[in-house]
Amino acid sequence: MTEASQPIKRRAIALVSGGLDSMLAVKVMQDQGIEVEGVNFYTGFCVEGHTHAIRKKDKDKDKRNNALWVAEQLGIKMHIIDISEEYKDVVLNPKHGYGANLNPCLDCKIFMVNQATLMINKARELAGDRGFDFIVTGEVIGQRPKSQRKETMPIISQESGADDRLLRPLCAKNLPPTLPEREGWVNREQLHDFSGRNRKPQMALAAKFGLDDFAQPAGGCCFLTDESYSNKLADLWKARNERRYELDDIMLLKVGRHLRPQPHYKLIISREEGENRFLEGYRYQFTSITTVSCPGPLALVDGEFGSEAEVEQAAAIVARYSKGRVEDAVTLEVRSPDGVAREITVAPAQAEAVLPSWNVG
Amino acid sequence: MTDTLHELDVRRLLCPMPVIKTQNKVRTLATGDTLKVVCTDPGALSDIPAWCRINGHEVLEMAEQGNEVFVVLRVGQDNGALF
Repeated sequence: MTEASQPIKRRAIALVSGGLDSMLAVKVMQDQGIEVEGVNFYTGFCVEGHTHAIRKKDKDKDKRNNALWVAEQLGIKMHIIDISEEYKDVVLNPKHGYGANLNPCLDCKIFMVNQATLMINKARELAGDRGFDFIVTGEVIGQRPKSQRKETMPIISQESGADDRLLRPLCAKNLPPTLPEREGWVNREQLHDFSGRNRKPQMALAAKFGLDDFAQPAGGCCFLTDESYSNKLADLWKARNERRYELDDIMLLKVGRHLRPQPHYKLIISREEGENRFLEGYRYQFTSITTVSCPGPLALVDGEFGSEAEVEQAAAIVARYSKGRVEDAVTLEVRSPDGVAREITVAPAQAEAVLPSWNVG
Repeated sequence: MTDTLHELDVRRLLCPMPVIKTQNKVRTLATGDTLKVVCTDPGALSDIPAWCRINGHEVLEMAEQGNEVFVVLRVGQDNGALF
């Protein structure tokens, strides 16, 4: 066979979250001889590893990064891209609004597909035929209430700039033919027509491919779909009187017990050793409180105390979550970010003194 | 083939940042170079080797030292630069 008669190997870049759908979408493409590379975007809100890494009680859980694990199972290369800075605008100003919580799912998908589009455009410019021909996602019509609906599919294609270079192998038969289908790079007949929240078709396809180990996060793979997390983020914006965040802010929302006894300060109290170690790293940025006379948690103070009475209030709350909660008095250390520390002795707060309304999240 | 030893400090960063930083650093290195990545997230001990297996790099050494872990890898044929 001469070189000229060899069909061009078509290449696709797939958005891989680490969940089952994107895994299946890649598999369907590979089945049709398409060469696939994966891309996974890190927004800062990813449920991935973080919390497992922090919390000791999760130690026994498999700490694998699902996107990497999926790539290994599928035998594809994986590009993991940190978009956390650019992503702020998606979270703060979603053109299409939020879902049930602070999840800007539609804007998020448009943003990610746009990032992939920029990647394939650049690859085409620099690498010609060694670039990528189209983009693949694991989207299924009706799967997610905010972003994966029949009417949002063309919006994502258009607003991302991918247009008909965006192929959704799991529901393509419910949508107009895309470029790879029209060009015959992929066979539309062998694509799928999944729709709705029913997972049975995915399960059946997984079984057909012999896949029996995959991640199935309940609310997707993003903390913003989580009600408690979204409440904490909304509380942060309210307390600061402005809608903005840094990466450290959104990391800290994933850790510890968050109590706001006063509008101008919040306590982040570790619940176990892993969180303790994690919060330890923030003691040079926040005032912190630890117990001295007995074992206890580490608490960060987000905000400023307005009076000595508030310092005592905070100390009493931290003492409440220490081993000394039954004692008459507990001695604690209050340390400012510059390392200056002083000791304070207080009676631990009684259960009823810690108001449920202080609980953020 | 070079055998320059590079070092990358990703202490205090949590998954997947150690992998992202490793990936971005490797893209600037040459085949045969070695890179020592120093981390505090123990998850890096499974993620960085997985990333190496996917992308054709070789893990030469892994160890825990107190609260830190490190991985030494050798850059494979393709440093993974996208273009």
